[in-house]
Amino acid sequence: MAELSLRDVVKRYGDIDIVHGISLDIADGEFVVIVGPSGCGKSTTLRMIAGLESLSGGTISIGGRVVNTLEPKERNIAMVFQNYALYPHMTVFRNIAFGLYAARLPKAEIELRVRKAATLLGLTDLLDRRPSALSGGQRQRVAMGRAIVRDPTVFLFDEPLSNLDAQLRGQMRTEIKRLHHTIRTTIVYVTHDQVEAMTLADRIVIMRDGRIEQMGHPLDVFHHPASTFVAGFIGTPKMNLVEVGVQADAADARLDLGGGAALGLPQGAARIGGRSRIILGIRPDDLQIRPVGQAGAGDGVRHLSGEVVLSEPLGSTTQVISRIGGSEWIGMSDGHFIPTPGSRITMIPDARRLHLFDIATGKAIADGGTEVGTHLG
Amino acid sequence: MSTPLNAPSAPRDPFVAASGVRTRPGLVVAWTLLMMGGIAMMVPLVYMVATSLKFPHEVYDLNIIPKEPTFENYIYIFKNTRFGLWFVNSLVTSTFVTISVLFFDSLIGYTLAKFKFRGREIVFIAILTTLMIPTEMLVVPWYIMAKNFGWLNSYWGIMFPGLMTGFGVFLMRQFFSGIPDDYIHAARVDGLGEFRIWWVVAMPLVAPALSALTIFTFLGNWTAFLWPLIATNDRGLYTMPVGLASFSGEYLTDWELIMAGATIATLPTLVVFLVFQRYIIRGVVLAGIKG
Ligand SMILES: Nc1ncnc2c1ncn2[C@@H]1O[C@H](COP(=O)(O)OP(=O)(O)OP(=O)(O)O)[C@@H](O)[C@H]1O
Ligand SMILES: [Mg+2]
Repeated sequence: MAELSLRDVVKRYGDIDIVHGISLDIADGEFVVIVGPSGCGKSTTLRMIAGLESLSGGTISIGGRVVNTLEPKERNIAMVFQNYALYPHMTVFRNIAFGLYAARLPKAEIELRVRKAATLLGLTDLLDRRPSALSGGQRQRVAMGRAIVRDPTVFLFDEPLSNLDAQLRGQMRTEIKRLHHTIRTTIVYVTHDQVEAMTLADRIVIMRDGRIEQMGHPLDVFHHPASTFVAGFIGTPKMNLVEVGVQADAADARLDLGGGAALGLPQGAARIGGRSRIILGIRPDDLQIRPVGQAGAGDGVRHLSGEVVLSEPLGSTTQVISRIGGSEWIGMSDGHFIPTPGSRITMIPDARRLHLFDIATGKAIADGGTEVGTHLG
Repeated sequence: MSTPLNAPSAPRDPFVAASGVRTRPGLVVAWTLLMMGGIAMMVPLVYMVATSLKFPHEVYDLNIIPKEPTFENYIYIFKNTRFGLWFVNSLVTSTFVTISVLFFDSLIGYTLAKFKFRGREIVFIAILTTLMIPTEMLVVPWYIMAKNFGWLNSYWGIMFPGLMTGFGVFLMRQFFSGIPDDYIHAARVDGLGEFRIWWVVAMPLVAPALSALTIFTFLGNWTAFLWPLIATNDRGLYTMPVGLASFSGEYLTDWELIMAGATIATLPTLVVFLVFQRYIIRGVVLAGIKG
């Protein structure tokens, strides 16, 4: 076990910078998930940590030792690949034991470790099979077994679940989390699935175009996205991000949603800082949909009126797309209320959960901690 | 074709055989052509075996079944010629060359496919260009080289031009390129050295290509004639094709002896093919998929 540290790490292919100097400190035993869209440099970063790719700049250290020039095998890391990289010509046992044979461990020791890992992963009955005779989930487990038998200081996972169907992915996610609780080894886990990132991570690192856009505890990132990019990336369904006009007097501000609807931002003028337009973000879960006239007690003044475009019943809730002015908003209603398209409904935004972003930079202006009132025009 | 399988039997379908097995016109043409091709290829072989079992006076008769079948010719070539020695010469040189080709070509092919280094493309193209030079043009330089190094009339002299081949490098490079890098990366992370990665991980993954290369190389060397003829003039070092050819022309052509020798000569090729064909067929399929 060891901490892992990246300092201004750069990767360049020819003239193109793929990774633009990222810095990241990972504590011993921490589970860090790097998440980001395709091509943002996640795998490249992971491969640099593994030593499969050289650095164009910066340093990487494991357990306080700079490993820039060390071969992968000298770094004592284990890596699980997206397509598992199981050798088709070897049995499950040999696949799991692969690194141990490479290290020329005694036979008895290898046997012992493989059995232990197999028990942990429920592979005991499959040890004599070839990978081709395994299901996707079993292959995934073998790939993990191969990593854990080596007892490495750091685990690297590169989209280990992306080849599995949704149900199995959920199940394996749980298993990986449980595994981490058992072995408590530092893990760097790459995915572009934000649900995986949210559920697994002690800390999320969101990458974009070779830079770290934001990092922090999953809930922190969820509740306080630093930019529209993060806001749109983390959380399902996606956060509503709509450009709105702003009017401010000396103290208060008003967000103009179009079509006559507006949200007040009491004492918001300073926060708006003279902007005339901003991007307003509201998570669908923070935008309640109710039948007209059934707003709850006390909510009276904080509701907007919208026209339903589409209702998608999910069971316990209904996802409702409705229109205010020229823009569409996704909100959630009770599962029993499935408004028909074209009808009018009341939308109640959670006043404490409004996210404001600068139009030009996409950065958060401040987070939605301010109470707001609603004006109907 | 989408004719229903259970077509009514009233107007008899011309493509349904009496047995009820449905045949398609395309299939009939295909089978006919294949059969003709097969026969065309088999006839010489059949005559080879037939002739080897005949007495000299019957050789020029076209009958396939010899009137008085005999193994005299076989006994003769082993007793009175150095056929056994030539067989061994061929076996040793072909086997050695094949092993060398398998080893070096796959090592070079792997390096060209999986390592990035300056000049990689140029090296590959240079190797490819060697494929475009016919053997006949290389024979003279080979001869000069062998003469100056004193390699004439030795196994080494027979073998050295074939120890690495451009074709093998090309074939292996293509197959190694098809192996996902993750296999190699995983082995690297697991602590294997580069040579062992090649040997333990990469080689088994290209088994079909290795089988194909084994067959091509072994057959090519087993039947090689021109270079072994030039490289040796000591009769004891002849390879089998050269030795067999020496039956003809010296006094008069003893076809029955040549055919007996040729029949024996096909046996090892048959063995190699039977052992490896399973893989070569799969290899052809694989090569097809990879395009
Ligand atoms: N060998 C290479 N030469 C040039 N560019 C490369 C090379 N390898 C990767 N890249 C580029 O680097 C960028 C980042 O690639 P990387 O594989 O790290 O993305 P990723 O974040 O893992 O994406 P994904 O989610 O699709 O796996 C991509 O734009 C890719 O085209
Ligand atoms: Mg990737």
